[in-house]
Amino acid sequence: MSEKTMNLTLKVWRQKNENTKGKFVTIQAKGISSDMSFLEMLDVVNEDLTRKGEDPIYFDHDCREGICGMCSLHINGQPHGPKQGTTTCQLHMRSFHDGQTIVIEPWRAAAFPVIKDLAVDRTAFDRIQQAGGYVSVNTGGVPDGNAIPIPKIKADEAFESATCIGCGACVAACKNASAMLFVSAKISQYALLPQGQAERYDRAQAMVEQMDKEGFGACTVTKACEAECPVGIKLTNIARMNRDYLNAKFFKEKTIHS
Amino acid sequence: MLDSKIPEGPLAEKWSKHKFNLKLVNPANKRKFTIIVVGTGLAGASAAASLAELGYNVKTFCYQDSPRRAHSIAAQGGINAAKNYQNDGDSVYRLFYDTIKGGDYRAREANVHRLAEVSVNIIDQCVAQGVPFAREYGGLLDNRSFGGAQVSRTFYARGQTGQQLLLGAYSALNRQIHTGKVISYTRHEMLDVVMIDGHAKGVVTRDLKTGEIEAHEGHAVLLCTGGYGNVFFLSTNAMGCNVTAAWRAHKRGAYFANPCYTQIHPTCIPVTGDHQSKLTLMSESLRNDGRVWVPKTVELAEKLRKGQIKASDIKEEERDYFLERKYPSFGNLVPRDVASRNAKMMCDEGRGVGTTGLAVYLDFAEAIQRMGEDTVRAKYGNLFDMYYQITDENPYKQPMRIYPAVHYTMGGLWVDYNLMTSIPGLYALGECNFSDHGANRLGASALMQGLADGYFVIPYTVGDYLTNLGSFAPVDKKHPAFEATRKEVEDKVKKLLSLKGSKTVDDIHKKLGHIMWEYCGMARNENGLKKAKGLIQELRKEFWSDVTVLGDNEELNLSLEKAGRVADFLELGELMVDDALNRSESCGGHFREESATPEGEAKRDDEHFAYVSAWQYNGDNQPETLHKEELVFENVKLTQRSYK
Repeated sequence: MSEKTMNLTLKVWRQKNENTKGKFVTIQAKGISSDMSFLEMLDVVNEDLTRKGEDPIYFDHDCREGICGMCSLHINGQPHGPKQGTTTCQLHMRSFHDGQTIVIEPWRAAAFPVIKDLAVDRTAFDRIQQAGGYVSVNTGGVPDGNAIPIPKIKADEAFESATCIGCGACVAACKNASAMLFVSAKISQYALLPQGQAERYDRAQAMVEQMDKEGFGACTVTKACEAECPVGIKLTNIARMNRDYLNAKFFKEKTIHS
Repeated sequence: MLDSKIPEGPLAEKWSKHKFNLKLVNPANKRKFTIIVVGTGLAGASAAASLAELGYNVKTFCYQDSPRRAHSIAAQGGINAAKNYQNDGDSVYRLFYDTIKGGDYRAREANVHRLAEVSVNIIDQCVAQGVPFAREYGGLLDNRSFGGAQVSRTFYARGQTGQQLLLGAYSALNRQIHTGKVISYTRHEMLDVVMIDGHAKGVVTRDLKTGEIEAHEGHAVLLCTGGYGNVFFLSTNAMGCNVTAAWRAHKRGAYFANPCYTQIHPTCIPVTGDHQSKLTLMSESLRNDGRVWVPKTVELAEKLRKGQIKASDIKEEERDYFLERKYPSFGNLVPRDVASRNAKMMCDEGRGVGTTGLAVYLDFAEAIQRMGEDTVRAKYGNLFDMYYQITDENPYKQPMRIYPAVHYTMGGLWVDYNLMTSIPGLYALGECNFSDHGANRLGASALMQGLADGYFVIPYTVGDYLTNLGSFAPVDKKHPAFEATRKEVEDKVKKLLSLKGSKTVDDIHKKLGHIMWEYCGMARNENGLKKAKGLIQELRKEFWSDVTVLGDNEELNLSLEKAGRVADFLELGELMVDDALNRSESCGGHFREESATPEGEAKRDDEHFAYVSAWQYNGDNQPETLHKEELVFENVKLTQRSYK
């Protein structure tokens, strides 16, 4: 670990609210340590702005451990910045160099309206989950946890799909602003597990239809979503989703089991 | 005065009998009641979903943009349950006993036993929801030993157990939002409780997006708002975690219990500089295979700090594996408080490593030699990656540096056996209450408690209160208390926005954090605590006279959000110090230097301190009144913890 100090030029998207037009504003970030996380760099900039009586830059963030999915940011044209497999909060300034210009934008998608500066409204994701992203069991009255053995390989695969953090980088990366990677991850988690079979096809249909209603685009298999996903959700999820959706839609096979 | 409402009868029968004695609400009448749930982490989401399934109308509130972001999501290690799937001697009683002992005999027997009882139902519930727990090749659930437990009772989903459990509860919540039984308010912060005739009848919230300050009515209010670790500025909590909901409830009459009990977690990534915004925890499962050490001499440590030598230059005989040396039977797996305190001691002696000297090594060289790098990668890969990401050091090649960080708060709102606070109709669930972990929480027990409270306790206990209201009438929204409370909140927001000083909110928050860490952190003493009290009072004045809060109410306003939370931390901090001063014994995470054994280990004083401290608010800048709930131990024998 060798700490370096750098000066940067930030071009930051500033927008007062949903109803006003935004624009890029140039801000100098001075004396930034290479050990800082990207968001800590923004904290430093915000402290400076506040001291000058200027409105700090609003950005979404919370856990700063790469798991809550709240942080976003399109950095130099890439969701979550230049490093693969990380969220913005886990990106460190050592990935940048002294004198660099960094362009920081919010996620861009019709279904994710900007609400202020770098923060967008991602409630469309919640509504898709509400449409069917669950197994319909009430609390209590369920069988013993070991009543249904699940092959380890299936359980692990379901886990891989379930690790989606719901950040929206897939949508931001896609030229069509498609949400298919996000939606298919949840559909796949349940499709791979015995618990999810009873509602498998209804779920796929309901979630896909809600996704379309929210105004997300179609998938043209450019794989940009997979490349930018901070937790490595795989494109094969989309194939599984499409298969289940088609089954539900055209063959009305709502109760088939795989 | 404090009635814990612990049911009569033998320990193992208390909860079953109590469930029978609690009054039920007729299914047709449940829809006449509205329940407000604040916070959507494990406790909040599980409670909201379960209550809506029963037929109640539920409103949930969270400050994040989605219920799924609550900080339960960041829990790594696992969740305990007394399933005894491993046939290794576990039982409900053993989990109960371990939790009581681990909490250093400062928790209620009855609550902890109930927790152990329902732990088994939690696993069943989560599996039914499709939570992808780790499994063995035969397809059954896998378990591991965690945090020094002698049995393997921890269920896990790689290093993301909290995420998977929360997404499970969130899915159950989503199902109820879809049916319309739950109305979910996101980007809303609760700023007060509405009181009518001494009962909680609603909350006042601020819409963080529009600034709208609004009153919401309900027949009962459940606070599931987590802990207050961010009073230290630096902690493993999420940036937004705060005490505001609990503190405003405290100011309306809810007693605050054991505020000085904070847990400092031993395996966190050390601080690098002043810019640091939060600390990152690495699961303590690392201590299963990693060995903790510092150099034997201050001279060697100095050379390390200056970068003149590397860890690998230090010979085996020059290393002090201090946990293995001092605690031969538990070694590196001693409980969190013991591990943390010892790391601090080493650094205080000048034997700390890293450029700041505030770190000890956690070394995997021996583990890699023993089981191979691939096995180590399979077990800890994601943690090693995270460490590498943050520090730019490769833990496969050189030892990790770790240092303790504030992680969890065992203190919280005082609740009775039904999880009701001292305000009728106001409940506290999960980390927000004080009830189950005593003075120290065991690993993999936080997730268990959050879900126990939400899935399996509150659905039974809240009905009893609602039935006893004696009416199914809706809460009168026109009652003047709603507008009066709303106005009070609005005035407070205006007051904050009028502050135009020279300091930022973070300046003050960082200072508060330093005071708390220095004097009310891993080791406390009377002089330091008294000094801290004065410093906090001064800092509070500085806040109200010299802080600056920018912008307007009617927008997403970062400095306003932070200011309100820090204002409350500045009051809570003083109460924590008062509580630590009052408790002149050492117990669990609370180490009073005056109360130590000759070997420097924590010494409890059961004769004088086997009680819960519950503090009553008496008005701004007034000393709070201490109420004591005596802890009665009928089943376990109090012993001094020893891990030697």
